[in-house]
Amino acid sequence: MAVQSPPDDDQALARQAKAGSLEAMETLVGRHETALYSTAMRILRNAHDAEDATQQALLDIVENLESFREESSFRTWAHRITTFAALKIIRKRRGLETVSLEASTEAQESYDQIPHPEFIADWRESPERLAQQRETARLIEEAMEQLEEKHRLVFLLRDIEGLSGEETAQALGISVANVKVRLLRARLRLRELLTRAFGNPARRQEPHRHPHEEAPAKNTRQDL
Amino acid sequence: MKCQELMAALNDYLDGAESSALCQEFQRHLRDCPACQVVVDNVRHTILLCKDGQTYEIPAPCREKLRQALREKWRQKHPSAA
Repeated sequence: MAVQSPPDDDQALARQAKAGSLEAMETLVGRHETALYSTAMRILRNAHDAEDATQQALLDIVENLESFREESSFRTWAHRITTFAALKIIRKRRGLETVSLEASTEAQESYDQIPHPEFIADWRESPERLAQQRETARLIEEAMEQLEEKHRLVFLLRDIEGLSGEETAQALGISVANVKVRLLRARLRLRELLTRAFGNPARRQEPHRHPHEEAPAKNTRQDL
Repeated sequence: MKCQELMAALNDYLDGAESSALCQEFQRHLRDCPACQVVVDNVRHTILLCKDGQTYEIPAPCREKLRQALREKWRQKHPSAA
């Protein structure tokens, strides 16, 4: 039987893998494994755990290959599996048995105490160009490190992995409302840190004092 | 617009839920507020950058280990395969 080289696209590879081709499976995994490992690293922040999560994800992918519909995106499916494998390790780290990543009753967070932007400036270069620069990864990592894990996780799941608010809430065992507040907090904090790193200081703007910010006492807000 | 509402609108605006009345109000605000417009742009850039700017290469021994694990699992699942 003539040896055929695996086809180019994910869909065809997935079809072949489902039909029993190990070569197709390996090629498909080969295409995505760096990205999957990166997903695990961002969530877990150490190589040993990321390796465990990625390995578990690959096993889960093989195990559940039948249920993967070829018309969907293999990339999305594999990333979901990896994300859940990584979250499982986080739960283990915290000694939690339940689905929820919150050990105690989840407190409702509010928008009140989210710091307003301070350093506001256009970035010196586009994100695309910055992404190619060597020290960028380290700067992002340092910024991510500054976030509390509960905020970082929401950002990673919503904005990086592309889960919906509902899906994120379910994955983390928190309310949709809390997902929203934590996401905003994470986004603004990261914005602040990365803008300090990449913003053009010559084009720095003063924060605009909105009318509602002139309220003097902490708990009184003026309606406009 | 209350402060809390403004913050909530920022999230929805960024997520493209622009049809709500709150977002339209926010949009009006942006037209007159260059600082806020830059903040919105900054956040968009932040998200893009975090998506693209953090690739971690798999260490070679780990890559090999993953390969072995995949093959082992495959053999378990397809015992008759060559």
